[in-house]
Amino acid sequence: MSEWPNLISCLQKGRGRGRVVATRDHALALDEFEHASSLAPDLKRLRGRSVLLSVRDMAKVAAALIDLDGCARRILLVPPGWESRRLEAAASDAEADAIVHDDEDASTPTSVDLTVACRLPLQPVSSPRIANLETEWILPTSGTTGAPKLVRHTLRTLIGAIGEAPSQQWATFYDIRRYGGLQIFLRALSGRGSLTLGAQGEGLSSLLARFGDAKITHISGTPTHWRKVLMSGEGLRIDPEYVRLSGEIADEGVLAALHKLYSRARIEHAYASTEAGVVFAVDDGRAGFPASWVERNGAVRMKIVDGALHVRSGRSALGFLGEGAPALTDNEGFVDTGDMVEGRGDRYYFVGRRGGIINVGGAKVHPEEVETALNAHAIVRASRVFARTSPITGALVFADVVLRDGCLPDAASEGDILAACRASLPAYMVPAGLRFVADLPMTDGGKLARHG
Amino acid sequence: MSLRDTILKEIQTVAANQNKTLAPLTDALPLNDSGLDSLCFAILVARLEDVTGRDPLSEAQGGQFPRTLGEFVALYEESLV
Repeated sequence: MSEWPNLISCLQKGRGRGRVVATRDHALALDEFEHASSLAPDLKRLRGRSVLLSVRDMAKVAAALIDLDGCARRILLVPPGWESRRLEAAASDAEADAIVHDDEDASTPTSVDLTVACRLPLQPVSSPRIANLETEWILPTSGTTGAPKLVRHTLRTLIGAIGEAPSQQWATFYDIRRYGGLQIFLRALSGRGSLTLGAQGEGLSSLLARFGDAKITHISGTPTHWRKVLMSGEGLRIDPEYVRLSGEIADEGVLAALHKLYSRARIEHAYASTEAGVVFAVDDGRAGFPASWVERNGAVRMKIVDGALHVRSGRSALGFLGEGAPALTDNEGFVDTGDMVEGRGDRYYFVGRRGGIINVGGAKVHPEEVETALNAHAIVRASRVFARTSPITGALVFADVVLRDGCLPDAASEGDILAACRASLPAYMVPAGLRFVADLPMTDGGKLARHG
Repeated sequence: MSLRDTILKEIQTVAANQNKTLAPLTDALPLNDSGLDSLCFAILVARLEDVTGRDPLSEAQGGQFPRTLGEFVALYEESLV
């Protein structure tokens, strides 16, 4: 036995017959891992390597993670939609020397000298598997400007918030390559039940029907996922005991609607981030969290500095990876989450991100990037992007625009500018509307004033 | 223009801007089958607030989300400016 946990030992501890990780296309039997692997016959060659996990199918992601934890020195979970330039930079920072993929045509960074295909169903392995390393898990943050930060975890920090789990049948709307989804994957594996996941491009009806057929009892998603379920009219295809919201600010509207739809379920909204780990979960049906939780003693310590929540806990990441990477914590070990909170009565409420990052249904938008696209238009002189609250996606991108002299502030100009944005930006970054203004406020330092 | 016509017109505008193909707009149409995704609905709701001054999805919660186009229109018709 090694002194730290690995996924194989988690699975063995979880016992239970017939446990699977199921997607639309695969059912991965968890009790087969003792004698079989998704990476056979190359599993041994990956031992001690720094491995890029560039796999699209989520059942294969699950299988490869089980195979690699305790075997590889490092696993970098490549998020969906990364272009080759980004992969090359991350591979260099992670000193990656191997890649695991499920697509023959995928690009291979130059530092990699071993390429292994991830295949299902599992293939038998000839010798007993050795899983005794403490593997580093590298999770890229969802940064949209410049290079994303590479956040270092181990299985110990990742499972820090997971307690004893009896027979829970889990499901999630998340991608398990992201922190929120990965938490659910690890919860399911540490317990005695199964996990049901979505497939790329699968519609909500099909997904809810599969969740219903699997008789799931525990389920997680973002508030945006849940609003979609509420609007689908198909929410009663599942009958959960526990509903979890995370990844975005949960308002009392969505909490009340879920309480009404799933009257027997415990509804909880969790606060977590890739850097800070799982911080807390609130199940009293109200938005925000009790003010008394701040500066109380316990496994997780919180403090509020200039309106931003700072967190210290054993579930936080170990640091950032890469040359010249900034420090993750202050000298007392607190992580600055960048999430701004506001005290009202006996509660704190989340009000947004510092630096104006706008969270549109879970996708993070940097105002500067949208302003760059707006300012590139011939009739735009200056612009300022701001967030507007939305009951559907939490927030939407809007912009104030100053036109060049002689240009008309009319619908034709708006249409023209937005059409250009649509050609250069993903849909969630394109302003939902423009306000034409004569001037934009500046700060004393001569910068664009972002608030007010 | 009636509130219903305003809503239908805004739905068509959003769909055109976002390059979405709309299903025929009947009262029984489930919103999730309309051809609009979450982002489109968010934009639609914001535009309707600007045009009508109403924002029933943020206000009149009561635990009810509209599921069909008919329910969506009714929610706006029943809400106060």
